[in-house]
Amino acid sequence: MLTETGTVTRAQAASSRPLAIEARALVKRFDGTLAVDGVDIAVPEGAIYGILGPNGAGKTTTLRMLLGIIDPDEGVRRVFGNDRPHEVAKLIGYLPEERGLYPAMKCDDAIAFMGALRGLPLAEGKARGREMLESYGLGHAVDRQIRQLSKGMAQTVQLLGTLVHRPRLVVFDEPFSGLDAINQGKLEGMIRDLAAAGTTVIFSTHVIHHAERLCDEVAIIAGGKVPYAGSVDAARDRIPAQVRLETRRSEGAWRSALPADARHDAKAEGSHFWYFPVPDSGIEAMLKQLIEGDSGILSLSIERAGLHDAFVEIAGAAAARALAEDNGQGAAR
Amino acid sequence: MSDTTRLSLVEAARVVAHRDFRAILFSRAFLFFLLGPLFPIIVGTLAGGIGGQVQRDATTRLVAVAMADSDAQAMIAARERLAPRVGAALPELAATASAEAPADILREPGRNYAAVVSGSPDAPALTAPQEAIDAWSGPIAMIAAEARTRAPSAFPEVAERPVATSVAAQRTDRIRTAQAGQLILFLLMMLLAGMVLSNLVEEKANKVIEVLAAAIPMDAVFLGKLVAMLGVSFVGIAVWALAGGTIGLLAGSALPHLPEPALGWPLFVALGIVYFAMGYLLLGSLFLTIGGMAATVREVQTLSMPVTMAQLLVFFLAASSITRPGSPMELFAAAFPLSSPFAMLARAAQSDALWPHALALAWQALCVFLFVRVGATIFHRRVMKSGKGGRAIKGHVGGAAPAAGITEKHSA
Repeated sequence: MLTETGTVTRAQAASSRPLAIEARALVKRFDGTLAVDGVDIAVPEGAIYGILGPNGAGKTTTLRMLLGIIDPDEGVRRVFGNDRPHEVAKLIGYLPEERGLYPAMKCDDAIAFMGALRGLPLAEGKARGREMLESYGLGHAVDRQIRQLSKGMAQTVQLLGTLVHRPRLVVFDEPFSGLDAINQGKLEGMIRDLAAAGTTVIFSTHVIHHAERLCDEVAIIAGGKVPYAGSVDAARDRIPAQVRLETRRSEGAWRSALPADARHDAKAEGSHFWYFPVPDSGIEAMLKQLIEGDSGILSLSIERAGLHDAFVEIAGAAAARALAEDNGQGAAR
Repeated sequence: MSDTTRLSLVEAARVVAHRDFRAILFSRAFLFFLLGPLFPIIVGTLAGGIGGQVQRDATTRLVAVAMADSDAQAMIAARERLAPRVGAALPELAATASAEAPADILREPGRNYAAVVSGSPDAPALTAPQEAIDAWSGPIAMIAAEARTRAPSAFPEVAERPVATSVAAQRTDRIRTAQAGQLILFLLMMLLAGMVLSNLVEEKANKVIEVLAAAIPMDAVFLGKLVAMLGVSFVGIAVWALAGGTIGLLAGSALPHLPEPALGWPLFVALGIVYFAMGYLLLGSLFLTIGGMAATVREVQTLSMPVTMAQLLVFFLAASSITRPGSPMELFAAAFPLSSPFAMLARAAQSDALWPHALALAWQALCVFLFVRVGATIFHRRVMKSGKGGRAIKGHVGGAAPAAGITEKHSA
């Protein structure tokens, strides 16, 4: 599929592929409380797919249902066409939000064990684990016990254990949680590399920037529902592009060219800002009127809506506030 | 590993068992585990020694003879003549030169007489507390009667015609073997099966459980853990048996002198091992499920008491029917999964029929499968659910409910 500029976006390419994960009308209740309420998700093979929402929105529950850790009360989920995810367990890698390793295990043994759970022979897993540790700069820690590692190193070991059997689908639950900026960057690079190699990556996050930077498609989840699932671009396009106009003057005949609901903000004497959506008729006619009306244009920009704006529009202000709080707490930690 | 998209149940259980077995075997704590039985033996030996000493000091079989010298000597000589025939039924006798009244002799400090016999062999009088009189009046009368005959009694020779056993003796003997077998089985179970209680707490505490649950079915996790603990138990038993056998050989009696069971020793021992394995898997799967519900080690410790009591009940059920093979109680004990291994081992000691064992083992194997399946399902439903992350967003359905197991945590 070609865009206007003749290039194929990752999202467009991914959408033409078969589905790695398909979920329809998933419902899960815990002790009568609805945790997930009719979630639909479709993840094409080879895509980077984000599940974006505040804590408690149902991200982890959804992922656990997709992986077969828990069963949905209603609805169906298929992983590589199989409605019993354990049947294709060898093709999947999973990094849970709450990292878990046996403290007494050595690093290479821990990686090999995680691989063995996914069908990789122990000896091969151990050899691969050593190679991976070397390539990630942890060669010195191969024979160390997990309890002797820093938190970041232990997280890396578990990440390598998730990938050691070379899965076709990798599921990360809040993978950036607890990582410093440098390691977050490394992980982003790793996710891109996995996708470039044809691996499907699905991750949950409450940090919009990660989803915006990485994902071909996202599912926005709030209160157990998914009000939007689709490409990041389409989500952003749900909000018209915003015009940001700065004029020297605040009054004049040219004012009639601006939409009636344009927001005015006088920053200083001789600097007036106007915010409004791009008119359906385009910007050119308006611009002509502004110039002829001697509005004194100082600057004009057209800003495309970000994923954050799309999130507010789609999920609502309450969910956006919750997301902001989570990000604030995360930053504080 | 098979070339499919998933591990089979056995393969998955083997991965878990392999890790657990190595983790336990190569831990420092395992050494203490091996030394564990040594402590009760030491405590038991010390307690037995002290108790025996106190008992010896507290009780005496010495009876004072306060008679004329010739009568006293006649009494003592009569006792010596009777002793080879009557043995331990006779008291020790000691002549006393005291001219005091018998009651005063008993009160004399520094002496330790159970009773005083005075008078003469023709008219002996026994002075003592009532219990001692009850115990010794018969033997003293026998000694006095022997003392009265001036010539030693001629005891007729009893012809000895020993037989290997009688039906009654054989039955009694085999009950002893059955009891011993059950007791050993019970002690090993009590010592070893309790370890399984805390087995899933580690995985829940360090969050590995989610990695396991995502990769393999919970049945495989349960089975793997049980097999690993069974393996560890067998290593422990082998070490203890080796140590016990060596000590026995050094002491000159390698094996306790128990009557041969109906099925013979090799088959009895083999069945004992299989029944231990089955009993361990049955009880272990139950313990694993119960322990899996606990969130902390403290909760596990709290649970261990009722669990031990339940073990005792099962043992009493099997032990109470040991003398009545074929009775409804014995059949129930053989059929009830948890007491079945105990009851069937007792049968192996008393009956030479093999088919009930084949039937019982098949039944027990089926029960192990069902117990593991049900336990894993309960664990899956009760514990594997999202948790406290739920913070309801206004206008939307709330978050997830609190749960004991995996929790959705606030983190960034």
